[in-house]
Amino acid sequence: MVNTKVTLSGMTLDNPVIPASGTFGFGYEFADWYDINCLGSISIKGTTKDPRFGNPTPRIAETASGMLNAVGLQNPGVEAVINTELPKLAEVYKKPVVANVSGFAIEDYAYTCERLNDQPQVGIFEVNISCPNVHGGGMSFGTDPKLAAEVTRAVKKVTTKPVYIKLSPNVTDIGEIAAACEDAGADGVSLINTLMGMRIDLKTRKPVLANKTGGLSGPAILPVALSMVYKVYDRVKIPIIGMGGISSAEDVIEMMLAGAAAVEVGAANLVDPMACKRIIDGLPASMEKYGIDNLTDIIGGAH
Amino acid sequence: MKKERTFGIVKNTALTRDVFEMVLTGDSGEITRPGQFVNISLPELYLRRPISVCDWTENTLTLVYKVVGKGTDLMSRMEPGEKLGILTGLGNGYKWEDTEKPLLIGGGVGVPPLYGLAKRLTDAGKDVTVILGFNTAGEVFYKDEFEKLGAGVIVTTVDGSMGIKGFAAAPMADIEYDHYFCCGPMPMLKAVWSAAKSPGQLSFEERMGCGFGACMGCTVKTKNGNKRICKDGPVLDSEEILW
Repeated sequence: MVNTKVTLSGMTLDNPVIPASGTFGFGYEFADWYDINCLGSISIKGTTKDPRFGNPTPRIAETASGMLNAVGLQNPGVEAVINTELPKLAEVYKKPVVANVSGFAIEDYAYTCERLNDQPQVGIFEVNISCPNVHGGGMSFGTDPKLAAEVTRAVKKVTTKPVYIKLSPNVTDIGEIAAACEDAGADGVSLINTLMGMRIDLKTRKPVLANKTGGLSGPAILPVALSMVYKVYDRVKIPIIGMGGISSAEDVIEMMLAGAAAVEVGAANLVDPMACKRIIDGLPASMEKYGIDNLTDIIGGAH
Repeated sequence: MKKERTFGIVKNTALTRDVFEMVLTGDSGEITRPGQFVNISLPELYLRRPISVCDWTENTLTLVYKVVGKGTDLMSRMEPGEKLGILTGLGNGYKWEDTEKPLLIGGGVGVPPLYGLAKRLTDAGKDVTVILGFNTAGEVFYKDEFEKLGAGVIVTTVDGSMGIKGFAAAPMADIEYDHYFCCGPMPMLKAVWSAAKSPGQLSFEERMGCGFGACMGCTVKTKNGNKRICKDGPVLDSEEILW
């Protein structure tokens, strides 16, 4: 019997597989497809202080082995998340969740995290300072080590639960940003968010996405994600949640060898609603195939 | 629980130069209403392709689709016997039970979902009129199929090469109906909505990520709040639409 359990800052997960924020809504939609209690945890739809409609459509474009999205953090706002979305999720999911939080000012991040901190469902925070699809916030905090550290400190001050900072790959040195977050008190980092990209419609000669640019995800970005997780693992001591293009149990093992303590699965959920269950069900056989008894033993094993 | 179903292609033939009819066998049990759609996994393409359901039985599925890009081009080249992984029964579909004298207005590749609707309406003994709008006679398909159901069929073509010359909304003024159902390109939906003398239901199209409500890729604003075209639509009530 192989052991798939992993731990994130004291939170034990039955397995390392977490659906990534923005690809899984508030979780309950997927209960139509399978019993979602098999998941390690769920990173809920990115939540902001106020409700957000997001960007105009088209918000989605296809790419080779992947897709672009420019949803723009559509969400009902933190009060509706607390009063409507989390209770709906609680009916079908009994484990702690990863609360993914976004903002447009440092005070927004602190406010939203403070409001969510008392929710018993919230196990850890994932503070998104890396959304490429919103203006005047989002990624601008994640591309500057000083601002990344400021957000980290502001959130740590108002929360009692572990705080993970979600990092952008759209930077010169992701290791430097990760180190700045660690120095500012972050309990962990999660990476990578999507890579900035664009498609152009040959008939209209305009970008396909109404937002012009979007975030690239899917299997196309797995090698980029692996290299960045590998790099950050060398730079910080705090745990890493690794993500970017994971679509199979083998991908999970590869990401953990690069240095991830747990993983998130994103775009794969959108093309196969059963993706996370399929990956979880496939983990024991893949572990046996590669001689792994305890999944935690392989974290950073490629270094 | 919902799941991906495997369908086998029985038939895949051209109805016009670029519109194809694909008949498949497989479990269609999750399809409950006309106007719903399916989401098809295709080899080498990352995202699924959402296609409206033209008609279905418990174990067959008919899709009528126009070749507009890579995915539909690939579909048009598939042969009987090939298998497809399909998510079925997606979207809300048309609520048709309460109308007695329905008018159906379809434009181009918006016509197919109205066929499954017309079939259920005529089976239930309703007095059905259908307007089928196309650009030109060479693009017309399914006229005979609608007539065989016993529906009153009016064809419009923009160039006047068949039926009434003009757009599909034009004949609406001379027809009596208590409710309308519409599917077609955005300008047509708006023209029909403006010309209508009764409440109705209109089917919308958006680029989708997942097709089952997870990614928020296809959200539009309505008078009843934000709606995901894939999950809360594709059919919207005429009263809730914000143009």
